Amino acid sequence: MILSKLAGRPVLLAAGLVAALALPWFVYPPVAMDIACWALFAVAVDLLLGFTGLLSFGHAAFWGGSAYATGLIALHSGLPFPVAILGGAAFAALLAVPIGFLSVRLRGIYFAMVTLAFAQMVYFVANQWRDVTGGENGLQGIPRELFGLDLSDPFYFYYAGLPFILAGLFAAWRIVRSPFGCVLMSIRDNPARARALGYSVDRFKLLAFVLSAALSGLAGGLFAIGHGFASLQGVYWTTSGEAVMMVVLGGIGTLWGGVVGAALIVELNDYLATAGFQETGIITGGIFILVVLLFRRGVWGTARDLLAARTARRRPAEPAREKAGTPA
Amino acid sequence: MLQQAFNGLVGGAFYALLALGLAVIFGMLGVVNFAHGAFYMLGAFGSYVLLDSFGVNFWIALPLVPLVLGVTGVAVERLFIRRLAPLDPLYNFLFTFGLALILQDLVKRQYGVQSQPYPRPSALNGSIDLGLFTYPAYQVFVLAVSLVVCGAVWFVLARTRVGMIVRASTERPELTRALGIDVARWVTPVFGFGIALAGFAGVLAAPMRAVNPLMGADLIVTVFAVVVIGGLGSVFGSVAAGFAVGLVSALGNYYVPSLSQTLVFILMAAVLLWRPAGLFGREEATL
Repeated sequence: MILSKLAGRPVLLAAGLVAALALPWFVYPPVAMDIACWALFAVAVDLLLGFTGLLSFGHAAFWGGSAYATGLIALHSGLPFPVAILGGAAFAALLAVPIGFLSVRLRGIYFAMVTLAFAQMVYFVANQWRDVTGGENGLQGIPRELFGLDLSDPFYFYYAGLPFILAGLFAAWRIVRSPFGCVLMSIRDNPARARALGYSVDRFKLLAFVLSAALSGLAGGLFAIGHGFASLQGVYWTTSGEAVMMVVLGGIGTLWGGVVGAALIVELNDYLATAGFQETGIITGGIFILVVLLFRRGVWGTARDLLAARTARRRPAEPAREKAGTPA
Repeated sequence: MLQQAFNGLVGGAFYALLALGLAVIFGMLGVVNFAHGAFYMLGAFGSYVLLDSFGVNFWIALPLVPLVLGVTGVAVERLFIRRLAPLDPLYNFLFTFGLALILQDLVKRQYGVQSQPYPRPSALNGSIDLGLFTYPAYQVFVLAVSLVVCGAVWFVLARTRVGMIVRASTERPELTRALGIDVARWVTPVFGFGIALAGFAGVLAAPMRAVNPLMGADLIVTVFAVVVIGGLGSVFGSVAAGFAVGLVSALGNYYVPSLSQTLVFILMAAVLLWRPAGLFGREEATL
């Protein structure tokens, strides 16, 4: 038992790494890139939802905002794409400071609605500021430049982009397992007690919000480079909702769940699109509702709990807690 | 200028009706109904289908569609919302988000994304001379009707026994229960009523706005901003903020067209800085 526990984590990480490296051999490479980008986006959202207890319904502002910033840098500066992506992530983090400052004072549903409203503000700005953002046409023809290397083949671009995704995922993992992450979880579980212990709750929440936005921006920037365009769709509120859907489907507060949820939804959308089914909301919304109603721990959470129950059958089971943001 | 203000009030009438429904639902159930915009869209589509396929006119659709949607709302509450109620309120928020996606894409699959035409009722086709300017009769009708409905809801909540029970169960559910009132019994009709209000706004919107599957999705975020400004759960605040937001965005559209759509959210940010619970909200209302 103890051995399997010790072995569990590195084995899982190795398996994940192998899966990430092998992915474009098994799925169409552009889809593989989409899965990677959405996975990081979902993990960034889970950093807030699962570990800080904040449901942001406005992360499209950071994903899509960074897509625009990254695209503009790549289009106008001629710098290699990694610089553009980091620039986009920095832009997303900067954008998150005022939005987060105003939002983190609110809790629960209020926080969700307010982040949603701010994201919509970003959407309107992107729509109106045609000279810079291209309005309804978006930014097109974003170059994929890396010191003269030709990365136009999606298969090779996947491997050029993957290090950023892995770095982002590693950052999320490090954040969650740091003392800072412990403070976030204490805020999630009992804000009043965290405050009484002397932690400046709002400041920690704001920092988590900015970090999450930066990771979302990293993912969104890479997505824009990968597709060669940044569009209004990226900043529309349904994009925020989709990221939340992935987290809930995979399992709130599990990190891995975000990756699994993203892979499932991207694959499903791709399958439906190739089958000529345009109205994906009927299917994805239906699955989402089923998860919310019957399956709240998500795919990863449920699988992990089943495994844990098998390995530790003799210990008394912990009572299941059903609260958003509590890793079940 | 005065005409702009009037345009704003007419636009605000829709915000007010939708925000009112959201506010009573939130007050009673603690649910932020993401699908509210979708039910508004269904209201407009319902009246379109009635007219297009069955020749049923606007005056019959106006009470009929909200009634049907209200019953649908009751079913949704009974079957789903109720199950999620004991959990974190975020789950109901997420449930209604999924519901909104399904409703929207079902209608999109059936009717496509093009806007469907809906003629104005013939009795309200002309214009009315309001003294300072003439104004389309239908818009005047919308404004009048929504004021009457909002006023009636306020009257029921503030002055009747039913309203007293609803307000009591909203503010102190445990105490109300202790007084022998079955709070759970009131939850379902209130939810149905809120949905009916959204459908009513949709029927009113059909002859004035483009009837298409996305009409609710574009509106719902603004309505959320409206209820945040007014104070979530505050009925009076939601209605007042609805009309105020309509007014501000119409005047904004007149003076600084490029800012008009973001103005609502700038207003919301300003209100939040000043009063985090909204203009008429109580501190506890922030959950």
